[in-house]
Parts: sequence; structure tokens; C-alpha cells
Amino acid sequence: MTEKAPVKNEVSLEALKAGDKAELARMVELYSEPIYRLGLKMLGSEQDAEDVLQETFMKALRSIQQFEGRSSISTWLYRIAMNEIFLTLRKKKPMEESLDGYDSDSEEPEKPKEIIDWCCLPENELMNAEVRKTMSQAIEKLSPALRSVFILRDMNHLSVKETADALGISEAAVKTRLLRARLQLREDLSVYFSHKMP
Amino acid sequence: MTHPQRNCQELLASLSEYVDGDLSKELCAEIERHLEECHDCQVVVNTLRKTIDLYRQVELEDELPKSVMQKLYFRLNIEDYLSR
Repeated sequence: MTEKAPVKNEVSLEALKAGDKAELARMVELYSEPIYRLGLKMLGSEQDAEDVLQETFMKALRSIQQFEGRSSISTWLYRIAMNEIFLTLRKKKPMEESLDGYDSDSEEPEKPKEIIDWCCLPENELMNAEVRKTMSQAIEKLSPALRSVFILRDMNHLSVKETADALGISEAAVKTRLLRARLQLREDLSVYFSHKMP
Repeated sequence: MTHPQRNCQELLASLSEYVDGDLSKELCAEIERHLEECHDCQVVVNTLRKTIDLYRQVELEDELPKSVMQKLYFRLNIEDYLSR
């Protein structure tokens, strides 16, 4: 359906390949913010996010001639950025369990435990500095495999196909991981908000 | 053919696609019939939607510092195009 929409590059690949600096600047202008935020949310450090941002565009520039345009430019950039992010994670936590997450893709989603409807809480209780902190902590608790899918899909608004392409995984794996990530975050926020219920 | 009554576990498997509006009309109607009878699933659907909504609200809050942007433009030799 919508996932099959034709690939539409917002930046001209032809101009980029021809070394058009204005087009390169346009690409940077369009994608630097989302890539920086992706790095920041995946790695939790401004310095690491900056490094990912710089490396993503440097590598993109170096490999632009080999890029055939089979995916959109944004998906290609996200893929380079995700590779950088996973490299950084491996350097930081070499002992961590596999980052790819394939081993848990066949698991059933965990049954929801917290059944409290906190949606009716007033707006100022649903969004404030304490809630933001809880949300950050909850996202950090997700495994990198789940976190990356959630951020790309729900925060960066990539389609299932684009998320799959950016991460080099199947669309089925994107769907499974997205559900598990969302359920885990819902669980953590439910625990937090249950203490705020009258 | 009549569909069997959806149970909570089945709903869980389709939950993401349901909240994203990616399911067929028939499946949606089936889920909604289940939701009318199952308070727990109703709560899970509502709070899952709200969870996603809250994360979307904060997604744009982290700004790219100007100094980081400047360094990037210089490194890529496109500093002439720095517009901010």
C-alpha cells in the first residue's frame, strides 16, 4: 500500500554526483537535524551524536559515486548513520549481547502487565520535565535493536520499508521489533503514570 | 465464514498495525468488537496510542547546536552555504 510508493528523492543525485556544492548543502540542511537526533537518542551523548553526524556526511560524500539510487537518499543516509551508530555501540560496549537482535525476533510479544488507563490525566501531568526524563530512561532501557526501529519508525517517521532498508533487516522484523518496543515503552510509562493517578 | 472470537493474544499480535491504521476494514471491525467487550485490551490500546503520541511530541525538542552545524559545513567545504 503506502509502503510501495515510488521512491522520490528530494535532492538530485545527479547534481550531487556532479559535485554540485549547493545541492550538497541542501542535502545537509534537510537531513542533518534528523540524523543528529537519531544519534543522540541511540547513543545518549551529544559528542557521539556529533561524531555520527560528521562521519555520516563524510562517508556519504566519499561514496556518492557508488550509490545507485535504488533507495531514496534519506534511506541511504540513515543506513550510513545506523552503521556508524552500531560501530560506536560496539566500541563502547564490546561485551553487550548481539546488537542485531535476530535472536529475539521469533519471541512472542510480552503480555501487557500494567492495565491502568492514564490517558485521562491532565496535560500538565502527561508532559513535563519529569515525564521527559522517564521517557528518556525508558527508551535507553530498550535494546539497541528495538530502540533503532522505534526511533526510525515512530520518531523519524520512516515507513516500514524505509526502516527495514536503513537497518538492513526484513520488514517482518521491523514490525515485530516495533511492537515489542512500543509495548515495553507503554509498560514503563504505565508504571510511572500509575503513581500519578488520583 | 464467520471469524472466531478474537482473543487478547491475537489482538496483541496485530496491535501495532491496528493503531497505525494499517489493517483491513474487516480485521479492524473484528478488533473493535473485541475491544467493546474487553476492558483490559481497551486500556492497552489507549495507553499504547498515548505512549506513541507522547514520544512524537518530544521528537523535535533536541536541537542541533549551531556550532556543530558550522563544523559540519566547514568539514564538507560548503561553509559558503551556511544560512544560520
